[in-house]
Amino acid sequence: MTINFVVGFDGSKASEAAVRFAVKQAQTCDATLIIAHVLEWSPYSFLTPTEIEERHARRNMELKRAKEALIDPLLEKIKSEVGAVESVIRYGNIVDTIIAISKDSDAAQIFIGRTGHRGVASRVFGSVAGSLAQHASVPVTIIP
Amino acid sequence: MQTIRKAAFAAAIFALSTGASAAQSIDEQVNTGFTLATGWFVNLIFSPFPGTSFPWIVAWLVIAATIFTLYFGFIQVRAFGHAISLVKGDYSDPNDAGEVSHFQALATALSGTVGLGNIAGVAVAIGIGGPGATFWMILAGLMGMASKFTECTLGVKYRNEYADGTVSGGPMYYITKGFAERGVFGGKILAVLFSIFCILGALGGGNMFQANQAHQQIAGIVGDYPGWITGIIFAGVVFAVIVGGLQSIASVTEKVVPFMGVLYVTAALIIIGMNADKIFWAFEQIFLGAFTGLGVAGGITGALIQGFKRAAFSNEAGVGSAAIAHSAVRTKEPITEGVVSLLEPFIDTVVICTMTALVIIITQQLVIDPATGHYVVENGSIATVTGATGVGLTSAAFGSAFNWFPYVLAVAVVLFAFSTMISWSYYGLKAWTYLLGEGKTQELSFKVIFCIFVVIGAAANLGPVIDFSDAAIFAMAIVNIIGLYVLMPIVKREMVSYMARLKSGEIRKFK
Repeated sequence: MTINFVVGFDGSKASEAAVRFAVKQAQTCDATLIIAHVLEWSPYSFLTPTEIEERHARRNMELKRAKEALIDPLLEKIKSEVGAVESVIRYGNIVDTIIAISKDSDAAQIFIGRTGHRGVASRVFGSVAGSLAQHASVPVTIIP
Repeated sequence: MQTIRKAAFAAAIFALSTGASAAQSIDEQVNTGFTLATGWFVNLIFSPFPGTSFPWIVAWLVIAATIFTLYFGFIQVRAFGHAISLVKGDYSDPNDAGEVSHFQALATALSGTVGLGNIAGVAVAIGIGGPGATFWMILAGLMGMASKFTECTLGVKYRNEYADGTVSGGPMYYITKGFAERGVFGGKILAVLFSIFCILGALGGGNMFQANQAHQQIAGIVGDYPGWITGIIFAGVVFAVIVGGLQSIASVTEKVVPFMGVLYVTAALIIIGMNADKIFWAFEQIFLGAFTGLGVAGGITGALIQGFKRAAFSNEAGVGSAAIAHSAVRTKEPITEGVVSLLEPFIDTVVICTMTALVIIITQQLVIDPATGHYVVENGSIATVTGATGVGLTSAAFGSAFNWFPYVLAVAVVLFAFSTMISWSYYGLKAWTYLLGEGKTQELSFKVIFCIFVVIGAAANLGPVIDFSDAAIFAMAIVNIIGLYVLMPIVKREMVSYMARLKSGEIRKFK
């Protein structure tokens, strides 16, 4: 049976550190690394009629950008270091979605960076690590 | 709405006559010329049945709503629970996250209809028709849910999808495509007519009237000042949103508007709670008024006309505007959008309008003759304690419990006006591009025209123009409902198939 590790990745320094740490851990037990990128999204936010009309096109663009600018370069960089690596890009609440991804893939562990950017982003990201530790049903490793 | 409008314009005329008499004469010339050119159209749309004061357009909307209610087997009752499940996201595939949710579509469509009608219009209806009008208003609101269901299902089913992922939909698209599919002649002509009325309605009721009322509200608080100042500011903000793409401004309003709506309903509930001992009495007044008239001018018919009119004017069911808003939503099942949209008349009319009515009744704003127990009627409408009518009456009713509430109400009216303008700019744009073709130039030209009309609406006292654009909105309903009658078998087929799959478990919940 393969072991799956889920790593939260948003392109920040901290998340890169998390990926590096997870790669090392994966090497020791031949685990499959699942790079999870979550685009923050709430189905209960409010949109203007124009935003509603453009939403589908914008969603496709955002997914494409996330794949090309963030995930693909990362996979290129680490694929020689680990046996198996996959990626998931999803919309939703970051904590809930990472937990959902870890459940879907029956992950043994979650890795998450502690701080992202400064200001609001760092607060949001900081609370992500904390909330994950609180709510996940598998061990969570928080990388400083 | 007509009455407040007339009162507002009378006030504006007075203000103008004391100030700029030169400006007034230009205004008068415009008004006279415009009335001559369009008066027949306005009279045609709002003309009453011979020998009554019941406008035929109101009957047209209410009869259609009743037919749809019966034809779809009381869909508003049967699918009500399912509508709430859909809005909660119980049936949303998590893999589709990031697409527009049912909740978002509903909230956006609602922000286009919730507005001055819910606050001021209801006060006018109660003021003329008495508490009994509330009963008929609720009934018409409940019926209107079936009209919304029909038009929004069709809006999604027959929309145009383009290569870049954007969509265009609405009555003009379902009338053209649906008529062709059923082999019915005249679809194209009706669609063009609808588009023309929609553009006129968007510039008038969806723009100038809103700008005008917003200015009245602001001037009412800070003191009188020229309307063009409000117009320029409003136009600037609208321009930034619809031309400059500064959706963040609109997003702020879209967030504040639902908040205002919730605050309004909460305040109403608190006031009703504070007068808990009179709740039974208030409902008694509503039922007695609905069936006996309680001495109100026009009696039962007076109450019925006012109630029906208010519901039809407020929730826009059957007008076709909501079909444009909902058509942009991505869903595999058009019927789900129809089911969600039937909540709109419920929230708009059955909840919000009823709250306004209850607060006015329960705070005893209407003067009752202690000797007869009947309402005191002066000049065709019921006398009020403060003498206020329209938005002033609502303001006085809420103010009797919370003295700061009139300020909140004024802010709410201005924000509601703004969000209604943003919604209608979109509806008008869709009709415009239907007529002139999709393209950046066509879009920009309409948006610029729209902004110019904001200034005109706020600055000028153009009563007849507003009357005309009001008539245009209801002319949309004439065309749209003909379309709905022709296409309702298609909606029924979709509905039967969807309900069967829902029952068999083929369509399942994700959470």
